Amino acid sequence: MKAEVLTPGILATVQDLGRPGYAAIGVGRSGAADRGSLRLANRLVGNPEGNAGIEATMGGLVLRFSSATTVAVTGAPCAITAGGRAAGPDSPIPLRAGDELVLGMPSRGLRCYVAVRGGFDVPAVLGARATDTLGGLGPPVLTAGATLPVGHRVLGPPNVDLAPRPPLPDEPVLRITPGPRLDWFTADALSTVVSRPYTATADVNRVGVRLEGPALTRARSGELPPEAAVPGALQVPPSGQPILFLADHPATGGYPVVAVVDENDLDLAAQVRPGQRIRFFQPSLPSF
Amino acid sequence: MIRLLPYGARAVLVDFDRPADVLGLHACLDRDPPDGVVELVPAARTLLVRFDPGRTRLDRLTEDLLGRSTVDTTDTEAAEVVVPVHYDGPDLIEVAGDAGLPVEEVVRRHQAGSYVVAFCGFAPGFAYLTGLEPALHVSRRPSPRTRVPAGSVAVAGEYTAVYPHSSPGGWRLIGRTSLPVWDVERDPPNLLTPGTRVRFTAR
Repeated sequence: MKAEVLTPGILATVQDLGRPGYAAIGVGRSGAADRGSLRLANRLVGNPEGNAGIEATMGGLVLRFSSATTVAVTGAPCAITAGGRAAGPDSPIPLRAGDELVLGMPSRGLRCYVAVRGGFDVPAVLGARATDTLGGLGPPVLTAGATLPVGHRVLGPPNVDLAPRPPLPDEPVLRITPGPRLDWFTADALSTVVSRPYTATADVNRVGVRLEGPALTRARSGELPPEAAVPGALQVPPSGQPILFLADHPATGGYPVVAVVDENDLDLAAQVRPGQRIRFFQPSLPSF
Repeated sequence: MIRLLPYGARAVLVDFDRPADVLGLHACLDRDPPDGVVELVPAARTLLVRFDPGRTRLDRLTEDLLGRSTVDTTDTEAAEVVVPVHYDGPDLIEVAGDAGLPVEEVVRRHQAGSYVVAFCGFAPGFAYLTGLEPALHVSRRPSPRTRVPAGSVAVAGEYTAVYPHSSPGGWRLIGRTSLPVWDVERDPPNLLTPGTRVRFTAR
């Protein structure tokens, strides 16, 4: 049983939940940018949550499956056709042998996830079937003509028909906590971050989202020696415009981190498209 | 002196006055990890301690970290990796010029150093080695090369390194090695993990 990539769209990669625990040797976690959506897609087809699926950016993905199977599409809502018939998101989709699965362009959001019953069984690198676009690790970026073996790792039969999810917000609100280098900025830094919305620039990828909005002012000059980064870090280069780190962020970074987005809000952050506005919010009580 | 800097809800960054203490605390926590700690990531002046908020709390972890003493890692029986080098890098003459030393002297002094992997970063398996003698501390290239071949031996600032993969890079290239410092089929994939002692030898 295999799936053939007929068209990958702008960027399609194989992703699982990544390879945690290797940051000390310069390897980031990587994995699905919107982890919740990959987990859901796997659950819908009866897989363990960590099976490998496909992360498709801005739709345009066409796959053909060699045998009858069940798939699910989650994440950014898009038009789906399966074997020529319309199908719905967040729901198991039965396919016949030779059927094509076609993902249209999402109406909102950025990344769709395709899970297949049994999981895409590409070789694991350092324990994970995740394409790290920055570190150059894991399965290659999908190209037309690539074939992906389908594996046999399942938990049980699919047991729900639909998993309704709230719509993606027009202007997501991401919760932040103070970052480790808040003291590198003027005292109003956090109130500046939450003051007005930021706009995602065209520079949006799996590494992060370059933002444009209220500029942050340094209180001290000089260079920060490299230090470990985490997903959700808001790193501020000399321009004063923050970069929000996502799944393929570098293991260490050299710019001060002013604030950190709550990991629970990173799935929303991973759905932000170029040009979209986001807002940061500092809860009055820290979440730990 | 250490300072603890909160880093989101699942990590704390330990900031050190003395860079040598980073590996010292890393070794201490590695031997006897506090409850709930899931990962340690050393860097130039800091150690990131990632934890599972379901298994520990920041205040408890803070108390544990402040009570730790660093392990002296300088005289341990840590593994030593010997890296054979052809000292024929395209920046060797420039480095000699900046250091005010003859080329042969740069080569001799680079080999004379005993190095320790302080941390990894920039790319998978890219190890920052400390122990470079101050005369060889040179700045990066004003503009990075778009492609530095794998195995290039390089210096920049207080560090020396071996490029594990071909990648862009701004360090000054003084030689090359055929020793594969990175192999994803190996566990761990890199020879040069934090704390590893390293010597370079001309061949």
